[in-house]
Amino acid sequence: MSAYFQKMKPYLLITAFAVSVLVSYILGFEPGEVIAGHFAQSFVEMITFIPFLFIIVGLFDVWVPKKQIEKHIGPKSGAKGILLITLLAMLQAGPLYGAFPVAYILYKKGAGIRNTFIFLGAFSFMKIPLLGIEIAYLGIQFSIAKTVVALPLFIGIGYFMEWYLKDKNFTIRDLTEQQTDKRRTS
Amino acid sequence: MTTNALIYITLCVVLCLVSLRFDRAKTVAGLRKGWRMFRNIAVPFLNVLILVSIALYLIPPGFISKYLGAGSGVLGFITAALVGSITLIPGFISYPIAASLLQQGASYTVVATFMTTLMMVGVVTLPLESQYFGKRVAILRNFLNFVAAILIGLAVGMIL
Repeated sequence: MSAYFQKMKPYLLITAFAVSVLVSYILGFEPGEVIAGHFAQSFVEMITFIPFLFIIVGLFDVWVPKKQIEKHIGPKSGAKGILLITLLAMLQAGPLYGAFPVAYILYKKGAGIRNTFIFLGAFSFMKIPLLGIEIAYLGIQFSIAKTVVALPLFIGIGYFMEWYLKDKNFTIRDLTEQQTDKRRTS
Repeated sequence: MTTNALIYITLCVVLCLVSLRFDRAKTVAGLRKGWRMFRNIAVPFLNVLILVSIALYLIPPGFISKYLGAGSGVLGFITAALVGSITLIPGFISYPIAASLLQQGASYTVVATFMTTLMMVGVVTLPLESQYFGKRVAILRNFLNFVAAILIGLAVGMIL
């Protein structure tokens, strides 16, 4: 029974949500309908790009040799590595949750802790599409001020994470690997 | 269809074609790997989207304009940091709100803090982030980003 519950646990929220939305529409309960509307919007945003992002990550995995990544943005890549990883982050698009699978594949290919976290940082505030909207709404001074303050801070966070996680067996794992691990141990 | 979708679909199709041109077996392996990764994260993803849409309902744009507006002071700053950290509001909603707040005389510190926490900290997406980095590192990253976001908000407020 408890094993069955453990297996079904991830589906609990989805089921409860689906039932609530259905009931809301039948009874005309407005908050439920509004939430369903928000969900539909973010779902469309997600489903139109996340599957493609994962396919790109998959192709990257089979084609790009670890040696190349290690050489250019690995733990010993220094300032040039930081510059390259920042440029790579700027070329991305989409919400931060899209950066996690990319961080996984970069780390797996030998990008090193420091540059992986600098990637996540730069992704969050220096993506070119984001800068585009930001400059349009808040002006270029805002973007420049923000970037000038933020970049050193996030490079600092990268160094901190490297120092903190160095001897802690840190890995970024994809769920696929976690499942194979489980199967192997059980 | 969003710009993000266009960018990724185009890039994906081009890369697939180029990859197929060179090595069919490798391409299939890559596609399999990508699809498996997506399928495995799909359920945690849907859970996060449910949390995001509930948070968006509980904290509507009207609430944000009211509490972060002109003269909102320290309370506005704290509200900005908390709301920005917890929610995940897409850029096409949050930037227009930020711009109108500034026009109505809100302080740069409050608006900048709202935007930086929104971009850098994601409490609702923590379950998803933990799947990749482990709970401890995910929380640590968000905590450090929260501190950084506050510092950036304050500094941008002083500069502008």
